[in-house]
Amino acid sequence: MELSTDIKSQQEKKQYTTLNLGPIHPATHGIFQNVLTMDGEIIIDAVSTIGYIHRAFEKLAEHKPFYQVTPLTDRMNYCSSPINNLGWYMTVEKLIKAELPKRVDYMRVIIMELARISDHLVCNSVIGVDTGAMTGFLYVFQWRELIYEIYEEICGARLTTNIGRIGGFERDFNDVVWKKLDRFLREFPAGLKEFEKLLVRNRIFMDRTIGCGGISAERALNYSFAGPNLRAAGVDYDVRQMNPYSSYEDFEFEIPIGTNGDTYDRFMVREEEMWQSLSIIRQAVDKIKNLPDKKSFHADIPSFYLPPKEEVYNNMEALIYHFKIVMGETDVPIGEVYHCVEGGNGELGYYLVSDGGRLPFRLHFRRPCFIYYQAYPEMIRGSFLSDAILTLSSMNVIAGELDS
Amino acid sequence: MNKPDVSQIAEALKEKFGKAILSQEQLYDFPDFIVDKNTVSDVIRFLFDDERFQFRFLTTLCGLHFPGTEKPFAIMYQVHSLIHNLRLRFKAFTTIDDLEFDSLTPIFSGANWMERETYDFYGIQFKGHPNLKRILNVDDMDYFPMRKEYPVEDLTRYDKDDTMFGRESAGFKKLI
Repeated sequence: MELSTDIKSQQEKKQYTTLNLGPIHPATHGIFQNVLTMDGEIIIDAVSTIGYIHRAFEKLAEHKPFYQVTPLTDRMNYCSSPINNLGWYMTVEKLIKAELPKRVDYMRVIIMELARISDHLVCNSVIGVDTGAMTGFLYVFQWRELIYEIYEEICGARLTTNIGRIGGFERDFNDVVWKKLDRFLREFPAGLKEFEKLLVRNRIFMDRTIGCGGISAERALNYSFAGPNLRAAGVDYDVRQMNPYSSYEDFEFEIPIGTNGDTYDRFMVREEEMWQSLSIIRQAVDKIKNLPDKKSFHADIPSFYLPPKEEVYNNMEALIYHFKIVMGETDVPIGEVYHCVEGGNGELGYYLVSDGGRLPFRLHFRRPCFIYYQAYPEMIRGSFLSDAILTLSSMNVIAGELDS
Repeated sequence: MNKPDVSQIAEALKEKFGKAILSQEQLYDFPDFIVDKNTVSDVIRFLFDDERFQFRFLTTLCGLHFPGTEKPFAIMYQVHSLIHNLRLRFKAFTTIDDLEFDSLTPIFSGANWMERETYDFYGIQFKGHPNLKRILNVDDMDYFPMRKEYPVEDLTRYDKDDTMFGRESAGFKKLI
């Protein structure tokens, strides 16, 4: 009798360790701080602190003309910045009711799907790194490099792309783009297969990831999850099919879903999405080839789209439009728009209130990372510290998007 | 289950909440309701629970500030019915003296950080929120930066003054 009360009092006196994981920690990919309460190796509770790289994008956007907001969007999800850029342009195009040629839509689809592939490649290979398999990470980065070379040919930049313009692209894709794209479509499947061979049925990898950091579909929906993390939990919500934008309704693709919402499911959903993206890019390239329209790369909206430089020097209208756009003298309709695209991490939304001026009156970004990262403490409660690291990287939390 | 259309939802809301639904319009591709501030959480709860509609996904919420109007502060809510693929937007306006809304955290766990962000940037309070403190800005900040009266840059800078473009400044008054 005495003994049992002794054990009980000992249990009551049990002390937990407080562990400060981050903000700068080599195992977390980005600036994340979690104050963990640990019982030995088990996590009892976690408190996330965010905002370390907050750059006030929403405030800054209220002080920049529409076309100057794009570089801000780059710096949110910098693993797939073209999606952010093009999503923002589509928001403005919705506001000004611009109609884009099909060719531009398909070109954008190609860029966005390449961005999705590069985003998922980074995420999945980093899951590999966190389970101890560095090789895959090093191998797939040559494909990301090729994707970045394609961006570079199109817009001159690699990471923070600022790709395209309101109404289309600044120039048509050149021959090198098509050649590199062709090379990517030919050679990447073998590379991705090789990567899958390394991890998908790897016993160690499966043991580490199955059942790690799971979340039920109901909880995920309640937390407003979107994108691969929600689909891994078994909900087939994809903005590309629910609210098609940029002519996604012309493409045939499937939405992969998981069942347990754990790290392995998230990994597998992203893998399958890369295959689907590849098929979308192939369809888009075919569609562009078969379009009668061979050269349009922007919409006919002279009051928003900068005219070519030689026309500015020789043509009065072009000069006027150029001046008006650069000085921000173009009138924008008064209104409110919400546009969402399927970003690398899910529904990336732009809520824009325009008062008719040259600056957005209010611009709110729905950043998927910010919304689903709050479920992180719930997902890691009761798991090991090493699994918490794995869960973080498999959720693909991007610090830039989290803190805006 | 038939997909309800927006007019059906509007009718159901008017029947249930009467005068609290102040107006309804279609803004671009989005049905937009302006709702009385004290009722908006009940409206969202009703749409969440109702089997006909099932708005069970909180897309986003954010604060808004329209200085110079009668009710300058607002919150914009967007809910999504994934089953019917229908999106709705609610806006609830309020004055600066009455900046307390009911929290949505009992309905949506995801509202937690969104509301903290709204508090952080606009100073809007949420009744029933479990942990209402600043999230992106530093804890000891003593102003709410997204309010229009706070300038984005140092007041001594005139090179970026909007009056250089022959217009009045873009929607905010300088604090001098």
